[in-house]
Amino acid sequence: MIEAIFTYQFLQNAFITGLIIGIIAPLLGAFIVVRRLSLIADALSHVTLSGIAASLLLSKSFVLFSGLNPLWLGMTFSVIGSLFIERLRTIYKHYQELAIPIILSGGIGIGVIFISLADGFNTDLFSYLFGSVSAVSRSDLWLILGIAIVVVTIVVLLYKELFLLSFDEEFGKASGLSTKALHLLFMVMVALVIAASMRIVGILLVSSLMTLPVAAAMRVSTGFKQTIFFSILFGELAVIIGLFSAFYLDLAPGGTIVLSSILILLMAIAFKKWLTMRK
Amino acid sequence: MTASNVIEVKGVHYRYDRESVLSDINLTVPKGAFLGVVGPNGSGKSTLLKVILGLLKPREGTVTLFGEVQSKFKDWERIGYVSQKANAFNTGFPATVYEVVASGLTKKTGMFRFIGKKGRPQVERAIRAVSMEAFMDRNIGELSGGQQQRVFIARAIVSEPDVLILDEPTVGVDTQNVQTFYDMLDQLNKDLGITLMLVTHDIGTITSKVTHVACLNKSMHFHGSAADFEQVKGQELTEFYGHDVHMLHHNHDHDHGNEGVR
Repeated sequence: MIEAIFTYQFLQNAFITGLIIGIIAPLLGAFIVVRRLSLIADALSHVTLSGIAASLLLSKSFVLFSGLNPLWLGMTFSVIGSLFIERLRTIYKHYQELAIPIILSGGIGIGVIFISLADGFNTDLFSYLFGSVSAVSRSDLWLILGIAIVVVTIVVLLYKELFLLSFDEEFGKASGLSTKALHLLFMVMVALVIAASMRIVGILLVSSLMTLPVAAAMRVSTGFKQTIFFSILFGELAVIIGLFSAFYLDLAPGGTIVLSSILILLMAIAFKKWLTMRK
Repeated sequence: MTASNVIEVKGVHYRYDRESVLSDINLTVPKGAFLGVVGPNGSGKSTLLKVILGLLKPREGTVTLFGEVQSKFKDWERIGYVSQKANAFNTGFPATVYEVVASGLTKKTGMFRFIGKKGRPQVERAIRAVSMEAFMDRNIGELSGGQQQRVFIARAIVSEPDVLILDEPTVGVDTQNVQTFYDMLDQLNKDLGITLMLVTHDIGTITSKVTHVACLNKSMHFHGSAADFEQVKGQELTEFYGHDVHMLHHNHDHDHGNEGVR
Protein backbone atom coordinates (compact mmCIF):
# COMPACT_ATOMS: atom_id res chain seq x y z
CA MET A 1 0.00 0.00 0.00
CA ILE A 2 2.90 2.34 0.77
CA GLU A 3 3.95 2.21 -2.86
CA ALA A 4 0.38 2.49 -4.06
CA ILE A 5 -0.10 5.61 -1.95
CA PHE A 6 2.58 7.37 -3.96
CA THR A 7 1.02 6.21 -7.19
CA TYR A 8 -2.71 6.72 -6.72
CA GLN A 9 -4.23 10.02 -5.68
CA PHE A 10 -7.39 8.40 -4.29
CA LEU A 11 -5.28 6.43 -1.82
CA GLN A 12 -3.45 9.57 -0.76
CA ASN A 13 -6.79 11.24 -0.19
CA ALA A 14 -8.09 8.36 1.90
CA PHE A 15 -4.92 8.00 3.91
CA ILE A 16 -4.42 11.69 4.72
CA THR A 17 -8.11 12.12 5.50
CA GLY A 18 -7.90 9.07 7.76
CA LEU A 19 -4.96 10.52 9.65
CA ILE A 20 -6.79 13.82 10.10
CA ILE A 21 -9.97 12.29 11.49
CA GLY A 22 -7.82 10.00 13.63
CA ILE A 23 -6.87 13.20 15.46
CA ILE A 24 -10.11 15.18 15.59
CA ALA A 25 -12.62 12.41 16.28
CA PRO A 26 -10.91 11.10 19.46
CA LEU A 27 -9.98 14.67 20.50
CA LEU A 28 -13.63 15.70 20.68
CA GLY A 29 -14.54 12.16 21.72
CA ALA A 30 -12.63 12.57 24.99
CA PHE A 31 -14.93 15.46 25.93
CA ILE A 32 -18.02 13.65 24.63
CA VAL A 33 -17.34 10.51 26.67
CA VAL A 34 -16.65 12.28 29.97
CA ARG A 35 -19.75 14.40 29.48
CA ARG A 36 -21.76 11.23 28.85
CA LEU A 37 -22.90 12.43 25.44
CA SER A 38 -21.74 9.40 23.44
CA LEU A 39 -25.23 8.65 22.17
CA ILE A 40 -25.70 12.20 20.97
CA ALA A 41 -22.84 11.64 18.55
CA ASP A 42 -24.76 8.66 17.24
CA ALA A 43 -27.96 10.68 16.82
CA LEU A 44 -26.10 13.42 14.96
CA SER A 45 -24.48 10.97 12.57
CA HIS A 46 -27.93 9.76 11.56
CA VAL A 47 -29.02 13.32 10.91
CA THR A 48 -25.97 13.68 8.72
CA LEU A 49 -27.30 10.74 6.72
CA SER A 50 -30.47 12.66 5.88
CA GLY A 51 -28.33 15.57 4.69
CA ILE A 52 -26.25 13.27 2.48
CA ALA A 53 -29.39 11.63 1.10
CA ALA A 54 -30.95 15.03 0.42
CA SER A 55 -27.85 16.11 -1.44
CA LEU A 56 -27.71 12.92 -3.53
CA LEU A 57 -31.39 13.41 -4.42
CA LEU A 58 -30.79 17.05 -5.36
CA SER A 59 -27.85 16.25 -7.59
CA LYS A 60 -29.83 13.50 -9.27
CA SER A 61 -32.91 15.66 -9.88
CA PHE A 62 -31.34 18.98 -10.78
CA VAL A 63 -28.38 19.48 -13.07
CA LEU A 64 -27.56 22.65 -11.17
CA PHE A 65 -26.64 20.62 -8.08
CA SER A 66 -24.89 17.77 -9.83
CA GLY A 67 -21.48 19.03 -8.76
CA LEU A 68 -22.48 19.62 -5.15
CA ASN A 69 -20.31 17.81 -2.60
CA PRO A 70 -22.77 15.94 -0.31
CA LEU A 71 -20.54 16.78 2.63
CA TRP A 72 -21.85 20.36 2.64
CA LEU A 73 -25.49 19.40 3.14
CA GLY A 74 -24.48 16.61 5.51
CA MET A 75 -22.63 19.17 7.59
CA THR A 76 -25.52 21.62 7.49
CA PHE A 77 -28.05 19.00 8.60
CA SER A 78 -25.74 17.80 11.35
CA VAL A 79 -25.29 21.31 12.74
CA ILE A 80 -29.05 21.97 12.59
CA GLY A 81 -29.58 18.62 14.32
CA SER A 82 -27.22 19.60 17.13
CA LEU A 83 -29.22 22.80 17.69
CA PHE A 84 -32.46 20.79 17.75
CA ILE A 85 -31.04 18.41 20.33
CA GLU A 86 -30.19 21.35 22.59
CA ARG A 87 -33.69 22.74 22.17
CA LEU A 88 -35.25 19.36 23.02
CA ARG A 89 -32.97 18.94 26.02
CA THR A 90 -34.28 22.17 27.51
CA ILE A 91 -37.90 21.26 26.73
CA TYR A 92 -37.55 17.81 28.34
CA LYS A 93 -35.41 18.90 31.26
CA HIS A 94 -36.03 15.75 33.25
CA TYR A 95 -35.79 13.36 30.32
CA GLN A 96 -32.79 14.75 28.50
CA GLU A 97 -31.96 11.44 26.81
CA LEU A 98 -35.33 11.63 25.00
CA ALA A 99 -33.73 14.06 22.58
CA ILE A 100 -31.56 11.23 21.26
CA PRO A 101 -34.24 8.82 19.93
CA ILE A 102 -36.27 11.76 18.62
CA ILE A 103 -33.40 13.18 16.60
CA LEU A 104 -31.98 9.78 15.64
CA SER A 105 -35.22 8.40 14.25
CA GLY A 106 -36.08 11.74 12.69
CA GLY A 107 -32.72 11.72 10.92
CA ILE A 108 -33.16 8.21 9.55
CA GLY A 109 -36.80 8.88 8.67
CA ILE A 110 -35.96 11.89 6.54
CA GLY A 111 -32.96 10.06 5.09
CA VAL A 112 -35.03 7.04 4.07
CA ILE A 113 -37.61 9.24 2.35
CA PHE A 114 -34.93 11.02 0.34
CA ILE A 115 -33.30 7.71 -0.52
CA SER A 116 -36.54 6.22 -1.83
CA LEU A 117 -37.28 9.42 -3.75
CA ALA A 118 -33.87 9.00 -5.38
CA ASP A 119 -34.84 5.44 -6.38
CA GLY A 120 -33.06 3.53 -3.69
CA PHE A 121 -29.51 2.64 -2.81
CA ASN A 122 -26.55 3.16 -5.04
CA THR A 123 -22.85 2.61 -4.49
CA ASP A 124 -22.38 6.26 -3.62
CA LEU A 125 -24.71 5.98 -0.67
CA PHE A 126 -23.14 2.70 0.37
CA SER A 127 -19.78 4.42 0.67
CA TYR A 128 -21.31 7.08 2.91
CA LEU A 129 -22.89 4.48 5.15
CA PHE A 130 -19.83 2.30 5.71
CA GLY A 131 -16.89 4.43 4.60
CA SER A 132 -14.68 4.00 1.62
CA VAL A 133 -11.03 3.85 0.67
CA SER A 134 -11.64 4.87 -2.92
CA ALA A 135 -14.40 7.47 -2.77
CA VAL A 136 -12.57 10.29 -0.96
CA SER A 137 -12.02 13.15 -3.38
CA ARG A 138 -9.51 16.00 -3.22
CA SER A 139 -12.33 18.42 -2.45
CA ASP A 140 -13.42 16.18 0.45
CA LEU A 141 -9.86 16.25 1.72
CA TRP A 142 -9.64 20.05 1.64
CA LEU A 143 -13.00 20.46 3.36
CA ILE A 144 -12.07 17.97 6.08
CA LEU A 145 -8.67 19.61 6.55
CA GLY A 146 -10.44 22.96 6.97
CA ILE A 147 -12.78 21.53 9.60
CA ALA A 148 -9.84 19.94 11.41
CA ILE A 149 -7.89 23.21 11.57
CA VAL A 150 -10.90 25.09 12.94
CA VAL A 151 -11.74 22.40 15.52
CA VAL A 152 -8.18 21.87 16.77
CA THR A 153 -7.62 25.62 17.07
CA ILE A 154 -10.81 26.10 19.08
CA VAL A 155 -10.10 23.14 21.38
CA VAL A 156 -6.54 24.34 22.05
CA LEU A 157 -7.58 27.94 22.69
CA LEU A 158 -10.59 27.05 24.82
CA TYR A 159 -9.14 23.94 26.46
CA LYS A 160 -9.49 25.14 30.05
CA GLU A 161 -13.05 26.36 29.47
CA LEU A 162 -14.06 23.08 27.83
CA PHE A 163 -12.42 21.14 30.65
CA LEU A 164 -14.37 23.11 33.23
CA LEU A 165 -17.62 22.69 31.29
CA SER A 166 -17.06 18.93 31.15
CA PHE A 167 -15.90 18.43 34.71
CA ASP A 168 -18.26 20.71 36.61
CA GLU A 169 -20.70 22.85 34.69
CA GLU A 170 -22.18 24.46 37.78
CA PHE A 171 -18.79 25.57 39.07
CA GLY A 172 -18.10 26.98 35.62
CA LYS A 173 -21.31 28.96 35.73
CA ALA A 174 -20.56 30.19 39.24
CA SER A 175 -17.18 31.44 38.11
CA GLY A 176 -18.79 33.46 35.34
CA LEU A 177 -18.28 31.14 32.37
CA SER A 178 -21.00 31.39 29.69
CA THR A 179 -21.61 27.66 29.68
CA LYS A 180 -24.57 27.81 27.31
CA ALA A 181 -22.63 29.46 24.51
CA LEU A 182 -19.67 27.17 25.10
CA HIS A 183 -21.84 24.06 25.01
CA LEU A 184 -23.45 25.20 21.78
CA LEU A 185 -20.05 25.80 20.21
CA PHE A 186 -19.02 22.33 21.36
CA MET A 187 -22.09 20.69 19.81
CA VAL A 188 -21.49 22.46 16.51
CA MET A 189 -17.90 21.20 16.53
CA VAL A 190 -19.15 17.67 17.19
CA ALA A 191 -21.55 17.98 14.25
CA LEU A 192 -18.73 19.16 11.98
CA VAL A 193 -16.36 16.38 13.03
CA ILE A 194 -19.04 13.76 12.48
CA ALA A 195 -19.66 15.05 8.97
CA ALA A 196 -15.91 15.03 8.33
CA SER A 197 -15.27 11.56 9.72
CA MET A 198 -18.08 9.80 7.94
CA ARG A 199 -16.22 9.87 4.60
CA ILE A 200 -13.80 7.27 5.94
CA VAL A 201 -15.62 5.40 8.73
CA GLY A 202 -19.15 5.78 7.41
CA ILE A 203 -22.21 7.33 9.02
CA LEU A 204 -23.19 4.21 10.93
CA LEU A 205 -19.80 3.87 12.59
CA VAL A 206 -18.69 7.47 13.07
CA SER A 207 -19.43 7.53 16.80
CA SER A 208 -17.19 4.51 17.34
CA LEU A 209 -14.09 6.48 16.36
CA MET A 210 -15.13 9.13 18.90
CA THR A 211 -15.75 6.73 21.77
CA LEU A 212 -13.76 3.47 21.45
CA PRO A 213 -10.26 5.03 21.50
CA VAL A 214 -11.32 7.13 24.50
CA ALA A 215 -12.67 4.07 26.29
CA ALA A 216 -9.30 2.37 25.76
CA ALA A 217 -7.34 5.48 26.78
CA MET A 218 -9.26 5.81 30.03
CA ARG A 219 -7.99 2.38 31.11
CA VAL A 220 -4.34 3.28 30.80
CA SER A 221 -4.00 7.01 31.54
CA THR A 222 -4.04 9.30 34.54
CA GLY A 223 -5.42 12.76 34.08
CA PHE A 224 -7.42 14.31 31.29
CA LYS A 225 -4.58 15.54 29.09
CA GLN A 226 -3.08 12.07 29.09
CA THR A 227 -6.48 10.61 28.24
CA ILE A 228 -6.68 12.90 25.21
CA PHE A 229 -3.14 11.97 24.17
CA PHE A 230 -3.78 8.22 24.32
CA SER A 231 -7.21 8.61 22.66
CA ILE A 232 -5.58 10.24 19.65
CA LEU A 233 -2.78 7.67 19.63
CA PHE A 234 -5.25 4.76 19.67
CA GLY A 235 -7.49 6.53 17.15
CA GLU A 236 -4.60 6.92 14.70
CA LEU A 237 -3.53 3.32 15.24
CA ALA A 238 -7.05 2.07 14.53
CA VAL A 239 -7.33 4.20 11.39
CA ILE A 240 -3.96 3.06 10.00
CA ILE A 241 -4.53 -0.64 10.71
CA GLY A 242 -8.11 -0.34 9.48
CA LEU A 243 -7.24 1.41 6.22
CA PHE A 244 -4.43 -1.03 5.37
CA SER A 245 -6.56 -4.09 5.97
CA ALA A 246 -9.50 -2.55 4.12
CA PHE A 247 -7.25 -1.92 1.13
CA TYR A 248 -5.68 -5.38 1.04
CA LEU A 249 -8.79 -7.37 1.92
CA ASP A 250 -11.09 -5.17 -0.19
CA LEU A 251 -13.43 -4.40 2.71
CA ALA A 252 -15.31 -1.27 3.76
CA PRO A 253 -12.91 0.67 6.04
CA GLY A 254 -15.69 1.45 8.52
CA GLY A 255 -15.77 -2.16 9.58
CA THR A 256 -12.01 -2.70 9.74
CA ILE A 257 -11.42 0.53 11.66
CA VAL A 258 -14.07 -0.32 14.24
CA LEU A 259 -12.70 -3.85 14.67
CA SER A 260 -9.18 -2.45 15.11
CA SER A 261 -10.49 -0.04 17.78
CA ILE A 262 -12.19 -2.90 19.59
CA LEU A 263 -8.98 -4.92 19.44
CA ILE A 264 -7.05 -1.98 20.91
CA LEU A 265 -9.73 -1.56 23.57
CA LEU A 266 -9.50 -5.23 24.58
CA MET A 267 -5.72 -4.96 24.76
CA ALA A 268 -5.96 -1.87 26.95
CA ILE A 269 -8.38 -3.63 29.31
CA ALA A 270 -6.11 -6.69 29.48
CA PHE A 271 -3.06 -4.48 30.06
CA LYS A 272 -4.77 -2.70 32.95
CA LYS A 273 -5.78 -6.04 34.48
CA TRP A 274 -2.21 -7.28 34.19
CA LEU A 275 -0.94 -4.10 35.86
CA THR A 276 -3.29 -4.38 38.82
CA MET A 277 -2.58 -8.08 39.23
CA ARG A 278 1.16 -7.46 39.33
CA LYS A 279 0.81 -4.89 42.15
CA MET B 1 -24.01 50.27 51.05
CA THR B 2 -20.63 49.95 52.67
CA ALA B 3 -17.52 48.63 51.01
CA SER B 4 -16.74 46.58 54.11
CA ASN B 5 -19.62 44.26 53.29
CA VAL B 6 -18.68 41.49 50.91
CA ILE B 7 -22.22 40.32 50.24
CA GLU B 8 -25.49 42.20 50.73
CA VAL B 9 -28.86 40.63 50.07
CA LYS B 10 -31.92 42.88 50.24
CA GLY B 11 -35.57 41.83 50.17
CA VAL B 12 -35.02 38.70 48.09
CA HIS B 13 -37.99 36.50 47.17
CA TYR B 14 -37.67 33.25 45.27
CA ARG B 15 -40.16 30.54 44.32
CA TYR B 16 -39.96 27.20 42.54
CA ASP B 17 -43.15 26.93 40.50
CA ARG B 18 -45.87 27.82 43.00
CA GLU B 19 -43.96 27.09 46.16
CA SER B 20 -42.29 30.00 47.88
CA VAL B 21 -38.77 29.05 48.96
CA LEU B 22 -37.32 32.37 50.04
CA SER B 23 -39.37 35.29 51.26
CA ASP B 24 -38.02 38.72 52.09
CA ILE B 25 -34.46 37.67 52.82
CA ASN B 26 -32.01 40.29 54.09
CA LEU B 27 -28.44 39.28 54.72
CA THR B 28 -25.09 40.99 55.04
CA VAL B 29 -21.69 39.34 55.16
CA PRO B 30 -19.02 41.69 56.53
CA LYS B 31 -15.44 41.41 55.30
CA GLY B 32 -13.43 38.86 57.26
CA ALA B 33 -16.49 37.20 58.78
CA PHE B 34 -17.16 33.50 59.08
CA LEU B 35 -20.91 33.29 58.57
CA GLY B 36 -22.78 30.08 59.23
CA VAL B 37 -26.15 29.80 57.52
CA VAL B 38 -28.17 27.16 59.32
CA GLY B 39 -31.62 25.74 58.76
CA PRO B 40 -33.45 22.43 58.36
CA ASN B 41 -33.66 20.49 55.11
CA GLY B 42 -35.69 22.30 52.50
CA SER B 43 -35.31 25.66 54.21
CA GLY B 44 -33.97 27.37 51.10
CA LYS B 45 -30.30 27.52 52.13
CA SER B 46 -28.87 26.22 48.87
CA THR B 47 -31.33 28.33 46.92
CA LEU B 48 -30.08 31.44 48.72
CA LEU B 49 -26.49 30.57 47.77
CA LYS B 50 -27.47 30.05 44.16
CA VAL B 51 -29.22 33.42 44.13
CA ILE B 52 -26.08 35.06 45.55
CA LEU B 53 -23.92 33.34 42.94
CA GLY B 54 -26.26 34.41 40.13
CA LEU B 55 -27.17 30.82 39.23
CA LEU B 56 -30.83 31.59 40.01
CA LYS B 57 -32.63 34.86 39.39
CA PRO B 58 -34.84 36.07 42.27
CA ARG B 59 -38.37 37.40 41.61
CA GLU B 60 -37.73 40.40 43.78
CA GLY B 61 -34.87 41.95 45.69
CA THR B 62 -31.25 42.78 45.02
CA VAL B 63 -27.89 41.16 45.59
CA THR B 64 -24.83 43.36 45.97
CA LEU B 65 -21.35 41.88 45.73
CA PHE B 66 -18.34 43.93 46.84
CA GLY B 67 -20.47 47.06 46.64
CA GLU B 68 -21.59 46.37 43.10
CA VAL B 69 -25.04 45.29 41.89
CA GLN B 70 -24.91 41.63 40.88
CA SER B 71 -25.95 42.18 37.26
CA LYS B 72 -22.98 44.52 36.77
CA PHE B 73 -20.56 42.40 38.79
CA LYS B 74 -17.72 40.96 36.73
CA ASP B 75 -14.99 39.89 39.18
CA TRP B 76 -16.35 36.40 39.76
CA GLU B 77 -12.86 35.12 40.53
CA ARG B 78 -13.13 37.02 43.83
CA ILE B 79 -15.79 34.51 44.90
CA GLY B 80 -14.86 30.87 45.45
CA TYR B 81 -17.66 28.30 45.48
CA VAL B 82 -17.75 24.76 46.80
CA SER B 83 -21.06 23.19 45.88
CA GLN B 84 -22.94 20.47 47.65
CA LYS B 85 -22.94 18.57 44.40
CA ALA B 86 -19.18 18.24 44.62
CA ASN B 87 -20.08 15.06 46.49
CA ALA B 88 -22.04 13.70 43.57
CA PHE B 89 -19.79 14.57 40.64
CA ASN B 90 -18.76 12.04 38.00
CA THR B 91 -16.19 10.09 40.04
CA GLY B 92 -15.01 8.29 36.94
CA PHE B 93 -13.80 11.53 35.40
CA PRO B 94 -10.18 11.01 34.34
CA ALA B 95 -8.68 14.16 35.83
CA THR B 96 -5.81 14.48 38.29
CA VAL B 97 -6.03 16.50 41.49
CA TYR B 98 -3.65 19.00 39.87
CA GLU B 99 -5.88 19.39 36.81
CA VAL B 100 -9.01 19.87 38.91
CA VAL B 101 -7.42 22.53 41.11
CA ALA B 102 -5.89 24.29 38.09
CA SER B 103 -9.37 24.53 36.54
CA GLY B 104 -10.16 27.00 39.33
CA LEU B 105 -7.90 29.47 37.53
CA THR B 106 -9.99 29.40 34.35
CA LYS B 107 -11.77 32.70 34.84
CA LYS B 108 -8.79 34.53 36.27
CA THR B 109 -6.51 33.48 33.44
CA GLY B 110 -8.95 34.77 30.83
CA MET B 111 -10.19 33.51 27.46
CA PHE B 112 -7.68 32.23 24.90
CA ARG B 113 -4.86 32.15 27.45
CA PHE B 114 -3.14 29.12 28.90
CA ILE B 115 -2.80 28.38 32.59
CA GLY B 116 0.45 26.53 31.89
CA LYS B 117 3.61 26.83 33.98
CA LYS B 118 2.76 30.32 35.16
CA GLY B 119 -0.10 28.98 37.27
CA ARG B 120 1.90 26.10 38.73
CA PRO B 121 3.08 27.84 41.95
CA GLN B 122 -0.45 29.04 42.67
CA VAL B 123 -1.96 25.60 42.09
CA GLU B 124 0.66 23.92 44.27
CA ARG B 125 0.13 26.47 47.03
CA ALA B 126 -3.62 25.83 47.03
CA ILE B 127 -3.07 22.08 47.15
CA ARG B 128 -0.65 22.49 50.06
CA ALA B 129 -3.17 24.72 51.88
CA VAL B 130 -5.56 21.73 52.04
CA SER B 131 -2.69 19.25 52.71
CA MET B 132 -3.28 17.22 49.56
CA GLU B 133 0.22 17.54 48.04
CA ALA B 134 0.82 13.79 48.25
CA PHE B 135 -2.11 13.17 45.90
CA MET B 136 -1.34 15.82 43.29
CA ASP B 137 -0.98 13.40 40.36
CA ARG B 138 -3.68 10.95 41.36
CA ASN B 139 -7.02 10.75 39.62
CA ILE B 140 -9.73 12.51 41.61
CA GLY B 141 -11.97 9.43 41.53
CA GLU B 142 -9.45 7.39 43.53
CA LEU B 143 -9.76 9.62 46.59
CA SER B 144 -12.12 9.37 49.57
CA GLY B 145 -15.07 11.75 49.96
CA GLY B 146 -13.23 13.90 52.49
CA GLN B 147 -10.14 14.12 50.32
CA GLN B 148 -12.23 15.05 47.29
CA GLN B 149 -13.89 17.82 49.27
CA ARG B 150 -10.44 19.18 50.14
CA VAL B 151 -9.54 19.20 46.47
CA PHE B 152 -12.70 21.16 45.68
CA ILE B 153 -11.79 23.70 48.33
CA ALA B 154 -8.31 23.99 46.82
CA ARG B 155 -9.98 24.61 43.45
CA ALA B 156 -12.12 27.33 45.00
CA ILE B 157 -9.21 29.11 46.72
CA VAL B 158 -6.62 28.79 43.95
CA SER B 159 -7.76 32.04 42.34
CA GLU B 160 -7.18 33.72 45.72
CA PRO B 161 -10.78 34.79 46.26
CA ASP B 162 -11.84 37.25 48.95
CA VAL B 163 -14.82 35.16 49.91
CA LEU B 164 -15.44 31.43 49.92
CA ILE B 165 -19.00 30.10 49.76
CA LEU B 166 -19.52 26.50 50.84
CA ASP B 167 -22.73 24.49 50.53
CA GLU B 168 -22.93 21.61 53.05
CA PRO B 169 -19.23 20.83 52.64
CA THR B 170 -19.16 18.11 55.28
CA VAL B 171 -21.82 15.88 53.75
CA GLY B 172 -20.04 12.69 52.75
CA VAL B 173 -17.05 13.43 54.99
CA ASP B 174 -16.61 10.91 57.81
CA THR B 175 -17.11 12.28 61.32
CA GLN B 176 -13.46 12.01 62.36
CA ASN B 177 -12.42 14.25 59.52
CA VAL B 178 -15.14 16.85 60.02
CA GLN B 179 -13.20 18.43 62.90
CA THR B 180 -9.94 18.70 60.90
CA PHE B 181 -12.01 20.07 58.05
CA TYR B 182 -13.39 22.89 60.20
CA ASP B 183 -9.90 23.57 61.55
CA MET B 184 -8.73 24.00 58.00
CA LEU B 185 -11.57 26.46 57.29
CA ASP B 186 -10.59 28.34 60.45
CA GLN B 187 -7.06 28.67 59.10
CA LEU B 188 -8.26 29.96 55.74
CA ASN B 189 -10.39 32.52 57.58
CA LYS B 190 -7.77 33.67 60.10
CA ASP B 191 -4.46 33.20 58.27
CA LEU B 192 -5.43 34.05 54.70
CA GLY B 193 -8.20 36.48 55.68
CA ILE B 194 -10.77 34.80 53.44
CA THR B 195 -14.37 35.69 54.28
CA LEU B 196 -16.38 32.49 54.67
CA MET B 197 -20.04 31.76 54.17
CA LEU B 198 -20.97 28.22 55.03
CA VAL B 199 -24.35 26.60 54.67
CA THR B 200 -25.16 23.62 56.86
CA HIS B 201 -27.92 21.88 58.75
CA ASP B 202 -25.33 20.81 61.30
CA ILE B 203 -25.88 23.40 64.04
CA GLY B 204 -23.88 21.62 66.74
CA THR B 205 -20.44 21.93 65.19
CA ILE B 206 -20.92 25.23 63.51
CA THR B 207 -21.83 27.67 66.29
CA SER B 208 -18.50 27.25 68.08
CA LYS B 209 -16.54 28.11 64.94
CA VAL B 210 -18.33 30.98 63.26
CA THR B 211 -18.37 34.70 63.96
CA HIS B 212 -21.86 35.28 62.55
CA VAL B 213 -25.00 33.18 62.28
CA ALA B 214 -28.02 33.35 60.00
CA CYS B 215 -31.00 31.08 60.70
CA LEU B 216 -33.05 30.44 57.64
CA ASN B 217 -36.30 28.65 57.17
CA LYS B 218 -37.82 30.16 54.03
CA SER B 219 -37.63 33.51 55.81
CA MET B 220 -34.80 34.83 57.96
CA HIS B 221 -35.34 33.95 61.63
CA PHE B 222 -32.14 35.28 63.06
CA HIS B 223 -29.21 37.18 61.64
CA GLY B 224 -26.42 38.48 63.86
CA SER B 225 -23.21 37.72 65.65
CA ALA B 226 -22.46 34.27 67.04
CA ALA B 227 -22.40 35.70 70.58
CA ASP B 228 -25.95 37.05 70.24
CA PHE B 229 -27.05 33.77 68.78
CA GLU B 230 -25.87 31.87 71.86
CA GLN B 231 -28.38 33.82 73.95
CA VAL B 232 -31.43 33.20 71.81
CA LYS B 233 -30.35 29.80 70.58
CA GLY B 234 -32.80 27.59 72.49
CA GLN B 235 -35.83 29.69 71.69
CA GLU B 236 -34.91 30.20 68.04
CA LEU B 237 -34.20 26.60 67.32
CA THR B 238 -37.42 25.36 68.85
CA GLU B 239 -39.34 27.89 66.81
CA PHE B 240 -37.50 26.76 63.76
CA TYR B 241 -37.64 23.04 63.86
CA GLY B 242 -40.86 22.83 65.82
CA HIS B 243 -39.39 20.30 68.24
CA ASP B 244 -36.50 19.79 70.59
CA VAL B 245 -33.03 20.34 69.13
CA HIS B 246 -31.63 17.20 70.69
CA MET B 247 -34.20 15.25 68.77
CA LEU B 248 -32.79 16.82 65.66
CA HIS B 249 -29.29 15.68 66.48
CA HIS B 250 -30.60 12.26 67.14
CA ASN B 251 -32.19 12.06 63.71
CA HIS B 252 -29.36 13.82 62.06
CA ASP B 253 -27.56 10.87 60.49
CA HIS B 254 -30.64 9.79 58.64
CA ASP B 255 -31.04 13.23 57.14
CA HIS B 256 -27.79 13.25 55.20
CA GLY B 257 -29.02 11.57 52.09
CA ASN B 258 -32.25 13.49 51.94
CA GLU B 259 -30.91 16.98 51.49
CA GLY B 260 -32.36 18.01 48.14
CA VAL B 261 -31.63 20.97 45.92
CA ARG B 262 -33.08 23.31 48.47
